[in-house]
Amino acid sequence: MSSQKRVKDPQAQKRTSQVSDNYQTNLAGEEKDLDDSKHSLNDEQDSPEDYGHADDQGEDALQIAVRYFEKDSAKTSQSKDKILEKHLKTVENVAWKNGLAPEEIDVLLNVALSGKFGSAVNTRILKCMIPTTLIPEDSVVKAVSWLCVGKCSGSTKVLFYRWLVAMFDFIDHKDQINLLYGFFFASLQDDALCPYVCHLLYLLTKKENVKPFRVRKLLDLQAKMGMQPHLQALLSLYKFFAPTLISVSLPARKKIYFKNSENLWKAALFAVRQRNQGPPPEPLKLMLGPGQVRPLKRKWNSYSVIPVLNSSSCIKECGKTEMTLSDYLSSNESFPLEQLKSFPQLLQNIHCLELPSQMGAVLNNSLLLHYLNCVKDESILLRLYHWLSQTLQEECIWYKMNNYEHGKQFTNFLDTIIRAQCFLQEGFYSCETFLYKSLPLWDGFCCRSQFLQLVTWIPFSSFSEMKPLLFDHLAQLFFTSTIYFKCSVLQCLKELLQNWLLWLSADIHMKPVMNSPLETTLGGSMNSVSELIHYVGQLSITGMRLENNSTFLLHFILDFYEKVCDIYINYNLPLVVLFPPGIFYSALLSLDSSILNQLCYIMHRYRNNLTAAKKNELVQKTKSEFNFSSKTYQEFNHYLTAMVGCLWTSKPFQKGLYIDPEVLEKAGIAEYKNSLNVVHHPALLSYAVSFLLQEWPEERTVSVSSIRGKKWNWYLDYLFSEGLQGLKLFIRSSIHHSSVP
Amino acid sequence: MDSYDTRGSTPRHSASSRLKDYFIGATPLQKRLESVRKQTSFIPTPPRRKIPQCSRLQEDNDPQKVAFLLHKQWTLYSLTPLYKFSYTNLKEYSRLLSAFIAAEKQKGLAVEVGEDFNIKVTFSTLLGMKGTQRDSEAFLVQILSKSQLPSENREHKVLWTGWFCCIFGDSLLETVSEDFTCVPLFLANGAETNTAIVGTWFQKTFDCYFSPLAINAFNLSWMAAMWTACKMDQYMAATEFLWSVPCSPQSLDISYAIHPEDAKALWDSVHKTPGEVTQEEVDLFMDCLYSHFHRHFKIHLSATRLVRVSTSVASAHTDGKIKILCHKYLIGVLAYLTELAIFQID
Repeated sequence: MSSQKRVKDPQAQKRTSQVSDNYQTNLAGEEKDLDDSKHSLNDEQDSPEDYGHADDQGEDALQIAVRYFEKDSAKTSQSKDKILEKHLKTVENVAWKNGLAPEEIDVLLNVALSGKFGSAVNTRILKCMIPTTLIPEDSVVKAVSWLCVGKCSGSTKVLFYRWLVAMFDFIDHKDQINLLYGFFFASLQDDALCPYVCHLLYLLTKKENVKPFRVRKLLDLQAKMGMQPHLQALLSLYKFFAPTLISVSLPARKKIYFKNSENLWKAALFAVRQRNQGPPPEPLKLMLGPGQVRPLKRKWNSYSVIPVLNSSSCIKECGKTEMTLSDYLSSNESFPLEQLKSFPQLLQNIHCLELPSQMGAVLNNSLLLHYLNCVKDESILLRLYHWLSQTLQEECIWYKMNNYEHGKQFTNFLDTIIRAQCFLQEGFYSCETFLYKSLPLWDGFCCRSQFLQLVTWIPFSSFSEMKPLLFDHLAQLFFTSTIYFKCSVLQCLKELLQNWLLWLSADIHMKPVMNSPLETTLGGSMNSVSELIHYVGQLSITGMRLENNSTFLLHFILDFYEKVCDIYINYNLPLVVLFPPGIFYSALLSLDSSILNQLCYIMHRYRNNLTAAKKNELVQKTKSEFNFSSKTYQEFNHYLTAMVGCLWTSKPFQKGLYIDPEVLEKAGIAEYKNSLNVVHHPALLSYAVSFLLQEWPEERTVSVSSIRGKKWNWYLDYLFSEGLQGLKLFIRSSIHHSSVP
Repeated sequence: MDSYDTRGSTPRHSASSRLKDYFIGATPLQKRLESVRKQTSFIPTPPRRKIPQCSRLQEDNDPQKVAFLLHKQWTLYSLTPLYKFSYTNLKEYSRLLSAFIAAEKQKGLAVEVGEDFNIKVTFSTLLGMKGTQRDSEAFLVQILSKSQLPSENREHKVLWTGWFCCIFGDSLLETVSEDFTCVPLFLANGAETNTAIVGTWFQKTFDCYFSPLAINAFNLSWMAAMWTACKMDQYMAATEFLWSVPCSPQSLDISYAIHPEDAKALWDSVHKTPGEVTQEEVDLFMDCLYSHFHRHFKIHLSATRLVRVSTSVASAHTDGKIKILCHKYLIGVLAYLTELAIFQID
């Protein structure tokens, strides 16, 4: 996705600037990629920013390690062993994670094959010769030249050939290597090397390499060693190129195969292919050993889940046997996808763009995602829908208990989808239906972050309809999982709410002519949103009970309500939903000052929203259909009174809450009333003490009750300076200053 | 606390236009979504179905071709709608697919362009293989080996066969636009590598998606009940069930064969609603079998897994393999399989 995404398109930038946080860090990675194209794609994968930093350090360490291997002649003493081990580790880590740059591979190959170090070290170096993208041909040629010197052991040679075969597709050119054909061919003599050399030759052979003397040699070898599959493979290739030279009959339908040289580097190869992005080089699938049991899917779509981008010309070609003149002209005009490289190109050719033959390919192409965003053709969306639904279902790991590697691939696939959704700022319907089917079976653990992100992109629709399909199952998981899961669910629901609000606020401004059923009215939509909020409210209350009023959880709950309280002003939607008492009182009586501060901020915003709504209602009476019932105001006022009572007037809970005085007396807190204000509130008491200690360090005794009158105001300023901005906003807006106690 | 929401409100046109679509609920995609919701929210299968009726094959069918489909083991796949498939281009498809197969088989070797490969692919329609007039025409794809000797040219050996059909697929038809051809059920017989190659070609050419169609125990019991309920002039095979007990080192299979007439008698005793099979009846039928078995062997079959059902009508394995034996009920069997395939692609 790297090259296409570097589009200098203001609209795209605007779009991407508002996507969710983790995507932004991805973008940060991409910006980097402008400076440093070499490592661009790695950065893209490691999203958190700290990682980038860690990478840099890793890189430096790598440089040192490479230099060490290059310079140090190995007079290995005991102390050096440790250093060697450390450097080896560095190289291995970087190689398996991000791959090595061409220069590093060049140096290290040289080291491994020169026999400078022991055979064990050579093996380890060779095993991690994984390119970031490509391997320069020169390095390979240089490495081969070491083979002639005879400094490396047989096993190193074998490993080198296996490596060469595995990485063959990543070598940038092969002309020079082909010139060494004779050398490789001569190595066939070595029994240990023979199978691997055969494989290499199989990959390397061109028609002009097939010579009578080589055929003779091969037949000799076959006579000597018997019918070896690798020799047969090479012979059949020779026979294919020069049928006249080989009279011996080869079993026509015999399964020919090589020992799988790739398997040491399988994961790495996959990673490199992903990095190289474009259509990965075709692996020799049919040549692989029969022992490989793969799920059906793998066999069918050999290398990647997402289809490769191909224009649909094939369909056209076979769809129309007789072309009319106009067809001919129009097809002439169409713009092949393979040439689409930039956003201006897309704009110029948008009317005549050839679509991919498999719509799933758009996921990997940001330009086509742009196109998808403005396309009107329903069949395009349907094709994507069907493909995506089925792929998700097939790939989903708990449908088929597959191996770890497969699970990893599924995670990557989900990440790709999520990236596309973030890019489009819109969820795919396939993902929604996938969630319907899979969420009831989900363990809440597998691909957690991906799953929750899919939830955040569920397109807006009737909540009550979706509740039994989705949210009831999510609630079950919520109640039975750890506090961290609870927090991530709340976070995810907050994002879902935000996405819905954005859709709706955009929609309301379009003022569409809608004359259709129930749900179409704005009121219906608002209902759906408020049901979502109530649902989260219920989750929160139960969650708080289950987690013993955890402050940590409460933070996430309040984060959600920070979104909720601002709906009217921020999104211009006629909806104010207050939090349930269970949340309000937990926050109000919390021992944590940041919770109290957050609560103050939310109350302040509620106040602003409600005031704005009231003002609007007075101006235009049209919006009266929306349920700003007096009940909402009453409820808010009730909360407000309680808050002022607890923070300012020391008269908490005048109404609605009755505690038997006897009980209080028994508890020894008959005077509880005075213990709730800005000074005595348990969350703020420590502030009061430090305020006194700071201002009057000479005082012998600290008496917090002395904070009143002028001191009270100084104390407030102190609190505000300590970062309690929410409290400041609340007090400024909701309390008249004349009433200092 | 400073960065209180900055993400504000940028108008997002496409989303909102699609939102409108959602409200109106008119687009095929919307209908799709609704049908999925409906399916997910209720029990996956309707609680009652019709007992397969005698052959509903339409008049214009080719008996030879139909006979060819019987008594063979087919591997089942579900298939999403084919995009821009046209029945008028079958010849062209034959040509393209055989070229594709040739290229695939030669992968790793250079293919000489224009070289005649010794296979041939044919596409042909299976006339009359429909439930309703709206169903798409079924069609057959075959890979034949071309004999080298010209004298034997007439007799091609069939290497692989696959066919596509849709029997009573209305629920799927309603949710796609006319660019698509719905043949949700695909049956293949022959080497799996060939299935893979043909499948890949279809996926690439018509932007569709094949998934193996497994039949779970629940649906197998339905099959057992429905097929037992079919009226037969003459039974060809015993009614047989196979249960699998997961135990190590090897799983244990329990086979349970009943005389077909006894099975029918049992069915008649639990069967109430004429012409229909209900979920209760299916459960009762299976429970009777279980309790009978338990009385004799003290084994609770309900604790094991049903993996195969064979009757004189057809036999089905949980792996998604089916063999249809009775010509009369061909359509009935396919209708149920189509239903399962559609359920899978929803």
